[in-house]
Amino acid sequence: GPSPRSAMDLFGDLRRMNKRQLYYQVLNFAMIVSSALMIWKGLIVVTGSESPIVVVLSGSMEPAFHRGDLLFLTNFHDDPIRAGEIVVFKVEGRDIPIVHRVIKIHEKENGNIKFLTKGDNNEVDDRGLYKEGQNWLEKKDVVGRARGFLPYVGMVTIIMNDYPKFKYALLAVMGAYVLLKRES
Amino acid sequence: LRKNVEDFTGPRERSDLGFVTFDITADILNGKNGLRIIFDWNVKQLFLYLSAEYSTKNNALNQVVLWDKIMLRGDNPRLFLKDMKSKYFFFDDGNGLKGNRNVTLTLSWNVVPNAGILPLVTGSGHVSVPFPDTYETTKSY
Repeated sequence: GPSPRSAMDLFGDLRRMNKRQLYYQVLNFAMIVSSALMIWKGLIVVTGSESPIVVVLSGSMEPAFHRGDLLFLTNFHDDPIRAGEIVVFKVEGRDIPIVHRVIKIHEKENGNIKFLTKGDNNEVDDRGLYKEGQNWLEKKDVVGRARGFLPYVGMVTIIMNDYPKFKYALLAVMGAYVLLKRES
Repeated sequence: LRKNVEDFTGPRERSDLGFVTFDITADILNGKNGLRIIFDWNVKQLFLYLSAEYSTKNNALNQVVLWDKIMLRGDNPRLFLKDMKSKYFFFDDGNGLKGNRNVTLTLSWNVVPNAGILPLVTGSGHVSVPFPDTYETTKSY
């Protein structure tokens, strides 16, 4: 009959199987990350905005939006900017997106537009926030127009920013979960 | 919805400054002409604003928000405001207010839900405000 396998042979088999499973899990993880990135890129294309989902960082639009709320943006080129709209813009040279309302527009016949913004909860308009000597915003400063919103959901991002240890702990937990999960 | 206005412009070196006083009568819940809004469970607040829209030699389209108000769910849905002055300075980008016959005031609002889409609605009533041909130097505001 067939000769019985030695303990060493069995052990070798086990070690090889675990390595294969590990590679499989890593590939699974890479696929999840790639899919998430693809969905994000797809959103950027569909909405026309470089940042289709933003988190509200300040209380300058209360009581409509609070810190931690999530906003969904579109930035279609043909969408005209009109008074009353809520826009997300970036001041030249700064990275932080600001969510405020358009209170004044002056548009030329050729479509060139300059506009002024103000937070609902602020006493004064945003001229103090703009760059030195800048009195108006232009289309190129706009990241997107706010079309929809979800309350509270963005708080996770704010917590991760303010407490980086929490961010690493969360990533470690997620990574461990995906790598150790056994597919039956 | 009714708005009655009285207006004049004051001279400023580079830009016309418009002064407008107005009355607003609006019934948000039961108005005709598209003003009917139901403050249902998903409407957190209305952001109401009165904007002036006009054309000038300098700019094909100008819009200036003159006044705004936040109406929370639970607030009195009827507006009865008389002799309101504009909350914000009505500066033109240039001298396009003097003699401008076609300045239109419109009341609009932004519906802010508890969660979901953020629509911007323009009221269907609007009022035309012709500005006089001369500057007022003596009137105080």
